[in-house]
Amino acid sequence: MRKAGKASWKTGGIGQLMIPLIAVGLLILFNLIRDPSFFSIHTTPGNSGGIVLTGNLISIINGASELAVLAMGMTLVTAACGGQDISVGAAAAIAGSVFVRVLKTPDVITGGTMILAFASCCVVAMLFGAFNGTLVAVFRIQPMIATLILYTCGRSIAYWINGGATPTVSSPIINAIGSYIPGVPIPTPIFIVLAVGILLALVFRFTNLRLYTQSVGINQGAAKLNGINSTMIKLLSFIILGLCVATAGCIGVSRLSLINHETLLLDVEMDAILAVAIGGNSLGGGKFRISGSILGAYIIQMLTITLYAMKVPSTNVKAYKAIVIILLVVMGSPVVKKKIADFWKHLRGSHPASVGKEAA
Amino acid sequence: MKKLLSLVLALALCLGVMAIAHADDLIKVGIVNNPPSESGYRAANVADFEKVFSTENGYEAKTYYSIKNDEQLAAAQSFITDGVDYLLISAAETTGWDVVLTNAAEAGIGVFLFDRMIDVDEALYAAAVVSDMRQEGETAVAWLEGLGLEEYNIIHIQGAMGSDAQIGRSNPLTEKCEANDNWKLVVQQTATWDEAEAKKITESVINSGEKFNVIYAENDGMAKGAVAALDENNIAHGVGKDVVVMGFDCNKWALRELLAGNWNYDGQCSPFQAQVISDIIKSGEAPAQKIIISVEKGFDATTITEQDVLDYGLGEE
Repeated sequence: MRKAGKASWKTGGIGQLMIPLIAVGLLILFNLIRDPSFFSIHTTPGNSGGIVLTGNLISIINGASELAVLAMGMTLVTAACGGQDISVGAAAAIAGSVFVRVLKTPDVITGGTMILAFASCCVVAMLFGAFNGTLVAVFRIQPMIATLILYTCGRSIAYWINGGATPTVSSPIINAIGSYIPGVPIPTPIFIVLAVGILLALVFRFTNLRLYTQSVGINQGAAKLNGINSTMIKLLSFIILGLCVATAGCIGVSRLSLINHETLLLDVEMDAILAVAIGGNSLGGGKFRISGSILGAYIIQMLTITLYAMKVPSTNVKAYKAIVIILLVVMGSPVVKKKIADFWKHLRGSHPASVGKEAA
Repeated sequence: MKKLLSLVLALALCLGVMAIAHADDLIKVGIVNNPPSESGYRAANVADFEKVFSTENGYEAKTYYSIKNDEQLAAAQSFITDGVDYLLISAAETTGWDVVLTNAAEAGIGVFLFDRMIDVDEALYAAAVVSDMRQEGETAVAWLEGLGLEEYNIIHIQGAMGSDAQIGRSNPLTEKCEANDNWKLVVQQTATWDEAEAKKITESVINSGEKFNVIYAENDGMAKGAVAALDENNIAHGVGKDVVVMGFDCNKWALRELLAGNWNYDGQCSPFQAQVISDIIKSGEAPAQKIIISVEKGFDATTITEQDVLDYGLGEE
């Protein structure tokens, strides 16, 4: 079983990552031509002692952290359910509010409170994930409609949790999570993304989750006949996304030591879905590749930072972003993708039998 | 059963007493507002009206909250049917109020607009107590000029483009920079009130290596985001430091930053209109001017006091 899972991973392989890799290459090239020093990394004395690394490259990788974590979870939901969760931003606002609420309960924030706060925030986010998952898996509601409920009311719930507009928390521990751990030159959110990525990789390595998720996404009926509990797999994907949401929410809150239920990770759901799509994953479910989505997240962030660095006027930023994204999505469309795949096969002179569903 | 009966009787008695109390000289007001969850500003605004239009102050207030204009209109109409003495409105939209306000005028109900103007004939309302966003921007720019810096290299982080607050707070600064050679906008970019975006914009300027000495953020949250970027890059900010930090809205936590000298300026957008309206009602006279502009304060870190934080700070700490 496991062997088959790995095989399908490989066939999804290089062709799928082609588009995002080309996009990264082009963006890097464009920036280097525009400003050769764009990617230079500087060392700055940090405000908590030691030396920290700064520069656009760090800004991009650091700034994309929340998006990258969310994109990982979104990939799983997309693969299993063939639809997307549009409530991740609102759910992250709820998770962040719970985080702050627990942190503000005692007078002094200790490591223990921190763990308690993160744990409760994970539990709440998983519950909301399970709520979405139940609607999708048990009641067979289309994911976008099911998650529309939480998308609509999530930020109001987040407001209600703290009963104030923008509560602030301050503690050296929160600073360490949101920016730098004293003595470590790299921003902490980067390590968190790494940790989540490794955790997921380990789960895929030691369980059949990847294979089962893909089977359910490709053909639910066939998966069921083979003894896979598709309801459970779908539910599980939403719960895992819940964990990602909790993590992203906590990073977002820690960065600013503040929760604003209206703006925390605003519109991130669209970016997360976009990251999954740019990563070459089919939004109709089935085969997936997490690394593609992570790459997609960094591409979106690189684009944003590039536009900021170019000082594109405020009102035009979204339009420029849209142009680049249209190009990327068209490049990744089934028609263009097939052309590229044919070209690739032609180059290699081999015709491996395709496994599973092509991008629909 | 007996218990239930006594409970019902007690309840009836209570209601009876309340009805008698109603017959007293309580002034009946109907308040139509936006929900407190809208923003910190609105939460403070709602709390202010609850405090001023209380039974102790001689009012019987009914309140309806909605961000939808049609729901607000229906609520206002039902307040008129209920026979309130005064109608207080902060409208979701500026249009569509003619019919309801005409009905109110026919019923002899005094109408007060607060916070937001409505596009109707001046004859249809007794007074409007509103904020002038441009005045906030002008106050802030005048304060900045008063610092007498040799050069102004400004990172201007704007709110959601096209909103009243953004236009009012942006324009005076933009005009100032166009008119003076030593005032320069290093960057002028919208973060759509988003703290995290403000941080990214500031980071991109720091990474580019350009000089800047002022952060002009159009609300407190975005100022905090910008300051987070400064902190990560170990750039000194605040009173007597390298970078001047300016915010708006006067959240309590932001005023605390001023008090600690980490920020330099915070501009107010006063949510406190209730007392002005109450004074007009109690005086029984028509105000000299129909449109009353709230006077907006601008707090300077060097002169702000603990009492200011308690009096003017919005929200929780």
